[in-house]
Parts: sequence; structure tokens; C-alpha cells
Amino acid sequence: MAESAVPLAPGLRGIAADWSSDQRAFKNVPWGKAMMWIFLLSDTFIFSCFLISYMTVRMSTTVPWPNASEVFALTIFGNHIPLILIAIMTFILISSSGTMAMAVKFGYQKNKRMTAFLLVVTAIFGASFVGMQAFEWTKLIVEEGVRPWGNPMGAAQFGATFFMITGFHGTHVSIGVIFLIIVAVKVLRGSLDEERPGFMTGRKGRYEIVEIMGLYWHFVDLVWVFIFAFFYLW
Amino acid sequence: MADHVEGQQHPISIYFWIWGLLFVLSTLSYMVDYLQFQGYLRWTLIVVFMLLKAGLIVAVFMHMMWERMALWCAILIPPGAILVFIGLMSAEADYTFFTRLVFFGAAP
Repeated sequence: MAESAVPLAPGLRGIAADWSSDQRAFKNVPWGKAMMWIFLLSDTFIFSCFLISYMTVRMSTTVPWPNASEVFALTIFGNHIPLILIAIMTFILISSSGTMAMAVKFGYQKNKRMTAFLLVVTAIFGASFVGMQAFEWTKLIVEEGVRPWGNPMGAAQFGATFFMITGFHGTHVSIGVIFLIIVAVKVLRGSLDEERPGFMTGRKGRYEIVEIMGLYWHFVDLVWVFIFAFFYLW
Repeated sequence: MADHVEGQQHPISIYFWIWGLLFVLSTLSYMVDYLQFQGYLRWTLIVVFMLLKAGLIVAVFMHMMWERMALWCAILIPPGAILVFIGLMSAEADYTFFTRLVFFGAAP
């Protein structure tokens, strides 16, 4: 292709012009979706830093690490079951990922009712996950006496890493639930069919926002896979 | 209804399949704890099930397997740096543990 005859602007105007010129690295991918992927990449690094610092304190302590299998056990109907709450939370989050993936599919088919229904189901799964986490935190703080600076079961770093990692993940889930409801409302009232711009943007509403929402939600599930493996099972 | 279909379109059965597989893999990783496997067997199984689950979520639920190579190189290669970071910090943690043993006394 021939270069355009327009001279290149210098200075700050030039930076803006160069970065916004008509180029596209990720073909067939709307830029909003590419930007969500790049945000998730940065989030990957944040969660990695938390999990790596957890690894570092757990490897370097001379005090035995509390046994997660016992700490997170529950007695249900007289049966002592190890780690059961965490297992239920895992299945709930996976199910919410399944309903989210199907919401994306129905979104691209422009099936408003199914998309909104599946988004709301995903939000309910997410909210119940956060509810169980609140229960888990309450039990740990009130009954077991776990604090960020110490606990009766073993290494003092257990509380700090637990509250930091699961708290940050729970915040992600909570924010996801809020946005799932926002997207569900947009779908249901037809904002995406009419290409109505959003609240904070001049961009036209499109069904790709359901897929972008889905990327974030699946990422939250993905992070939980790693937390489950390294914090609860290890 | 739509007069044309755009974006990521895949048969709904694949999502149910992956959903089921994730359930099976989660159950298996829970069984690792329930049956109290210990040592290298435990760690290997945990990591294998974890990586399989993560791969299924990224590849199918996040549609990465249907994207172009430009995107998946841009997103999946940079986290490789994390492996280097893990290596550095585990060496550091070993050193801290060693100095704690030397200066503060007995091992657990």
C-alpha cells in the first residue's frame, strides 16, 4: 500500500497520531476484546506475584504450615469431611463458567432472553460463591482465631497469605457479579440490538461485550483453579 | 432472530463436554486430598489436573484455540517469565530457610 500524502505530525500530536493510525495487529478480534486479553495478562502477573510470595514464605518458614485439609474441613450431619466447602465452591465456579460460555454463544445468535437468563444464572452462581467465602472467612476468624499476623495452628504467615489471595480473588468475583448484572440489563432492554452507547463510552453497544465479559469471568475461574491447587491442596 | 451470525460460533455440545470434563478433573483433584496421597505423587497429580483444567478453560471457554496465532503468542508467551520468577524466589526461600536454621536453631 502507498504511504498517505499527509505529512507526519511532530511532538505529542505525533505520538497520538502514530498510535491511533489505522493498523491492526489482532485480525478478526475487536479491539475491546484484545484490550481485555491484555488486562487479563496484567492480572495474571498480579496473582502470580501473590502466589509466588505465598510460596516464598511457606518454603522459608521453620514452623509447620497449617494443614489446609483440616483447617477447611466441615462437619455435616455428623460426618467430618475434609475441604468440602472449598470443593463445593470449586464446582459452583466451574458451573458459572459453563453458563457464561453458553451466554456468549446465545449472545452472538442475538437471542436476548437466553443470553440474559444465562448471565443472571452466572451472576447468582458468582454471588453464592462470594457468600460461601464470607462464611469461610467468618469461621476462620471467629472460630479458629486466624489473623493476618498469626494463628493457633502453625506458621504465622498462613493468615496473611490466605486473606490476601482469597480476598483479592473474592473482590474479582464481586466486581464480576456487578458487571454481569449490568450486561444482563443491557441485553434485556435491547441496548445491544439498537447499538446504544454505554454509560461511560461513546462506543456503540454490540454483542461482543458479552464475550468480553465472558473472558473476564472465565479468568476469575482460571485463577481459582490455581488457588485451589496451590493454596488448598498443596 | 439474526439474519446473519457473527463472532465465535461453536456447537453448544462442546461447552457441555468441557463443563463435564472440568467437573471430572475437579473431582479427581479433590480425591487427591480425600485419599490423602502424599509427597511427589500428590504434587504431580495436583499440578497435572490443574494444568489440564486451566488449558481447557483458556482453549475452549475463552476461545483461544479458534483465535489467530498473533493473539495467543501475545497473551500466552509473556507468563513464561513467571517461571523464571518462581525459580529465583524458590532459591531465595531456600537460602532464607537455611539462614533461619543456622541462626534460630532447630528444624520443625
